[in-house]
Amino acid sequence: MTKKPHHEHTHVHSLLPSDPALRAKAIETLLVEKGLVDPEAVDALVDVFSNEIGPQNGAQVVARAWRDPDYRARLLADGTAAIAELGFSGMQGEHMVAVENSADTHNVVVCTLCSCYPWPVLGLPPVWYKSPEYRARLVREPRAVLDEFGVRLPEDIELRVWDSTAEIRYLVIPQRPAGTEAMSEAELAALVTRDSMIGTGFALSPEAG
Amino acid sequence: MLPKAEPDRPFAEPWHAQVFALTHALAAAGHFTWPEWAAHFSRALEQAEDAGGPTDGSDYYDVWLAALEAFLIETRFADPAQLKDLQEAWTTAYLTTPHGEPVELPGRGEGSEFAMRDTGAAG
Repeated sequence: MTKKPHHEHTHVHSLLPSDPALRAKAIETLLVEKGLVDPEAVDALVDVFSNEIGPQNGAQVVARAWRDPDYRARLLADGTAAIAELGFSGMQGEHMVAVENSADTHNVVVCTLCSCYPWPVLGLPPVWYKSPEYRARLVREPRAVLDEFGVRLPEDIELRVWDSTAEIRYLVIPQRPAGTEAMSEAELAALVTRDSMIGTGFALSPEAG
Repeated sequence: MLPKAEPDRPFAEPWHAQVFALTHALAAAGHFTWPEWAAHFSRALEQAEDAGGPTDGSDYYDVWLAALEAFLIETRFADPAQLKDLQEAWTTAYLTTPHGEPVELPGRGEGSEFAMRDTGAAG
């Protein structure tokens, strides 16, 4: 790209980005100039994470599992493969495991060490998922944390906390709400929230959805 | 107290997207594995927390950025002087480019087109 030299300085100069933004630019320039990353691949990744992947992917997986018992069985047996059937696959080859809520079991996911998250089906984690508070407290006092999310579980419900790693990411299959028997997959998917797939929420009821 | 209202945007700042994507691109290109990065980043998060950092996750990408710099230096993909020089070059470029014109680094050679481009993602 050829640019005109800047002879004139009649305008105010460009707004200086923040210190971290300039450090990020320095890293990118260095990596690109050394040929370590392809700038187009970086742009493509930003686009994918910003626009293409998100909880709508996971909602599709859950809705399919609710309607199709064979798919549900495949999803529980091999989450990675069943999720790939719908066209969603790992960015870094991470292994996906689906865990299912039932009348007597509730599952909830955390990454105690950093922020491992099932990107292909949920996109990027919310800030609270990455917070030291959630990461520490969910293991120590899961019921109290869930209570703060409005998830009140009777004492006789077994609560399972899954600690994600760089290799294994968990997707919660929430319970299918009552009164949804006649719904299409797309209608069902609209009831599946991000939090319900982390375990910090429930699927919406049809009236609320 | 935990769940807070959050913006819909996946990345609050363009540089968050930039460091996130750069790290993914490095791993995808095979320069390190994701578990290697995750182990390094986990230690950085722990240190930030031990040092009295916020517990609400608000410093997450600051820690990521510092961890990426340290990781690149540790793995000899970068050295601190290079990074500092480039940061200064970008600073100068911003301060000497008239408002509204593309900000570029002067005198970059082959393959510098991207580095010279001030895109939204790199902003």
